[in-house]
Amino acid sequence: MELEPVMGFEVHAELKTKSKVFCGCKNSFGDPPNSNVCPVCLGMPGVLPVLNRRAFELAMRVAIALDCEIAERAAFDRKNYYYPDLPKNYQISQQYAILGRNGRLDIVVDGQTRRIGINNVHLEEDAGKNVHPEHPGAKYSLVDLNRAGVPLLEIVSEPDLRSRDEAEVYMKALRSLLQYCDASDCKMQEGSLRYELNISMRPPGGPLPDYRVEVKNLASMKSVLRAIDYEIRRQTAMLEEGRRIARETALWDDLAGETRTMRSKEGAQDYRYFPEPDLVEVRIDSEWKERVRRELPELQDQRCARFASVFGLPEYDARLLTQSRLLADYFEEAVRLHANPKAIGNWIMTEILRVLGEEVEPDDLKVRPAHLAQLVEMIDSGRISGKIAKQVFPVMLETGRSPDEIVREKGLAQISDASALEGVVDEVIGENAGVAEDYRSGKDKALGRLVGQIMRKTKGQANPQLVNDLLRKKLRGE
Amino acid sequence: MRLNEGTLGGLARWLQAREISSVELTRSVLERIQAVEPRIRAYLTVMAEAALAMAEEADRRLSNGENVGPLTGIPIALKDNLCTVGTATTCGSKILPNFVPPYDATVVERLKQAGAVFVGKTNLDEFAMGSSTENSAYQVTANPWDVERVPGGSSGGSAAAVSADECIGALGSDTGGSIRQPAGFCSVVGLKTTYGRVSRYGLVAFASSLDQIGPLAKTVEDAAILMNAIAGRDPADSTSADVPVPDYTESLGRDVKGLRIGVPREYFVAGMDREVEAAVRAAIAHLAGLGAEAVEISLPHTDYAVAVYYLCATAEASSNLARYDGVHYGHRTAGQDNIIDMYTKTRHDGFGNEVKRRIMLGTYALSAGYYDAYYLKALRVRTLIKRDFERAFETCDVILTPTSPTPPFKIGEKTDDPLQMYLSDIFTISVNLAGIPAISIPCGFCEATGRPLPIGLQLMAPAFGEEVLFRVAHVYEQTTDSHKRRPALE
Repeated sequence: MELEPVMGFEVHAELKTKSKVFCGCKNSFGDPPNSNVCPVCLGMPGVLPVLNRRAFELAMRVAIALDCEIAERAAFDRKNYYYPDLPKNYQISQQYAILGRNGRLDIVVDGQTRRIGINNVHLEEDAGKNVHPEHPGAKYSLVDLNRAGVPLLEIVSEPDLRSRDEAEVYMKALRSLLQYCDASDCKMQEGSLRYELNISMRPPGGPLPDYRVEVKNLASMKSVLRAIDYEIRRQTAMLEEGRRIARETALWDDLAGETRTMRSKEGAQDYRYFPEPDLVEVRIDSEWKERVRRELPELQDQRCARFASVFGLPEYDARLLTQSRLLADYFEEAVRLHANPKAIGNWIMTEILRVLGEEVEPDDLKVRPAHLAQLVEMIDSGRISGKIAKQVFPVMLETGRSPDEIVREKGLAQISDASALEGVVDEVIGENAGVAEDYRSGKDKALGRLVGQIMRKTKGQANPQLVNDLLRKKLRGE
Repeated sequence: MRLNEGTLGGLARWLQAREISSVELTRSVLERIQAVEPRIRAYLTVMAEAALAMAEEADRRLSNGENVGPLTGIPIALKDNLCTVGTATTCGSKILPNFVPPYDATVVERLKQAGAVFVGKTNLDEFAMGSSTENSAYQVTANPWDVERVPGGSSGGSAAAVSADECIGALGSDTGGSIRQPAGFCSVVGLKTTYGRVSRYGLVAFASSLDQIGPLAKTVEDAAILMNAIAGRDPADSTSADVPVPDYTESLGRDVKGLRIGVPREYFVAGMDREVEAAVRAAIAHLAGLGAEAVEISLPHTDYAVAVYYLCATAEASSNLARYDGVHYGHRTAGQDNIIDMYTKTRHDGFGNEVKRRIMLGTYALSAGYYDAYYLKALRVRTLIKRDFERAFETCDVILTPTSPTPPFKIGEKTDDPLQMYLSDIFTISVNLAGIPAISIPCGFCEATGRPLPIGLQLMAPAFGEEVLFRVAHVYEQTTDSHKRRPALE
């Protein structure tokens, strides 16, 4: 049975505002439990929410960047359910008058552009966190409400993804867009970016399936991909056996490498959505929309084009360097300090890209743009050779020390002083009279052997060009 | 006359002239509380010590002439669903027995800034759900005019306290009539403001799109003074209106010549008490005699008001009361080993029957498959009710009705029949649905039972029309005697 996956994502991204979405508490990760709370986000009796306009504008910015139709009147609704990490036992979200609809995100997979539909973008408040004690038989859980009330952007895609690769590219592209919009830190490990996968299977090109499996608890992009692989296999097997798959929600168990049913969506939870009476609607006029559009930061495509034209980088390089905003920032900062974009670009692409990962951002590296800039400057000025630089870089990477410091300490500076080299050159010529004679009689290649020996004697620090010049001079008697 | 028997306006003038001190006045009020509380039970918490401390501070301000206003040094009672820093706020419920808020409601803060003295928190129907104060989990408040009868609800404690001179003025809340109906039952003045006129921050929510805080007072002037202090935009309440607050006392002392008084035919129904009807019709004639013009109007969707209210209000309440779950404050029933049992037992133990009834009604009205037929439909009819008033106000300046169809009923008389109880709000409920302001003022007494039982007169105005309410109410008050009578409670 030939089947293709039909996939969509519901992505939650915490917006990086200073304050929470409905109160003035600090929006910050990692603080002591229940230290960023107030009566409003604690849902105490008598309190009322007040909309953080900055959060709303950031949400608008992302919706515009995703080409959504922006509502003229956006409003909030209550999603009612009970859970200890939800202090009011309802979440203020959007259901009936959503901020942005019918957008799109274009992704490039194997050289082909695919348009992935965005069903909607809406703003809501995050819940707190339940912490379950590790010892078995514990009869309590702990609740940390620091996260309750943090602004959350929900981005729901259409089920337009047809392969694991497309899913991966989509996740990365959306993440990149959120970072380019400066809307979110997008750190999955901190929970500021969360993916929920909707997946079902159908015969290629067939009608949309009548079921879908919603997979939650995906803590990393890797987990998402593993879950996709697993579900494709599982669902294919079931369908091949002629079994019907019910609409359900499943939890991904990363340790076991499998999904487990959480609840059947046939008897889905009733959230009893109704308009939030404590908040007034937000009227979005075209002037406001235009201002937000104008103030959109440079997005990925624009930046890529700029790197290509202003820095003269090939399309491929520009694309690689702008794949993440933080990387593009890193590159530009280095270039600002030393204007050799081609070389700096190469260093990033060959040496830095490979150490970056889902949890290692350019900002996390010990090697800072200034260090990289200095390294390239030192090569360009002849202070060290490219080869030496390749020895220096790993030390920079590990210790975060500047190349200047490392070169000094290890005495790796290139010897570019002719007088300092004369002695060695004479020595080598003396020790290799035969080779010297070969060169004098026209065998150009013989020079290389002499150069090699000089480099060895100088531990690679001799300036190769200078060595070449000196040898030629001395051998020709000039 | 004892000091506690004075009006806010009169006492303010004496305080500012330093003829009396706030401490004296407060003591007089506290003594009164001690004397009559065993029979009235208006207060859940009496803040004697704190009140005297506030009175001393007020006296200091009054001597220095520093930041003095009409409320400086005046003892005020607060309905126990208004959050007060450091003092228990129970909402009349066993689910919040020891809840001490770390914040003041905005209106409480504003009264504090004005120098008011808080004497205590008054009894109410649990979470403001009720029309008699019998739904309080703690005690039943008695009507000072006849202690076997209810003071009305849900602000029964505040109304009784004002009526019995156990405070000089009070704040209550009104969602379907909870200030006006008890004001009518206790022969005091009670005002429900335009929705959004007064900040709801710190008022424990019952029905968010209907709740408003308002004054209960001995005279119209007193109510105007309290309004001046509490009204106005609050950034902490997104639904509070950005409309400037006039000096409401400037509406007093004007006449009603040429004012058109709308009398809605739907409000003079069969089943209304005869003496109530007579008193209200006499009031119409009285105002006409003073130069006003009575105009018959129609509010055709009146019959749907109670149904709409019991869908909209309960739906919002079912959501607003979800937070009382024993997780982070309030009562928690101990000994449960899973979250669902903890939730259900806590709420079962903590909530009274009327609250449970309304939560279930509201949940049902919002549930999948019923939302459109109930809640959404109710919202649509609510708009029709609002339009009734808009249309009516094209031909009149105020609308006049009885506050309640009957005089105060006996304690226990309607508790077995919730629907009967709901019908006591029939005249007040539309006002909340339309978001317009309305005031209840004393307008006579039923004498049929041998004891005088208060009758309330209700006036309604267009949104932000509180000034015309004060104007007409003041004229009526100053040309009649009802407000001068006191309950025979010694």
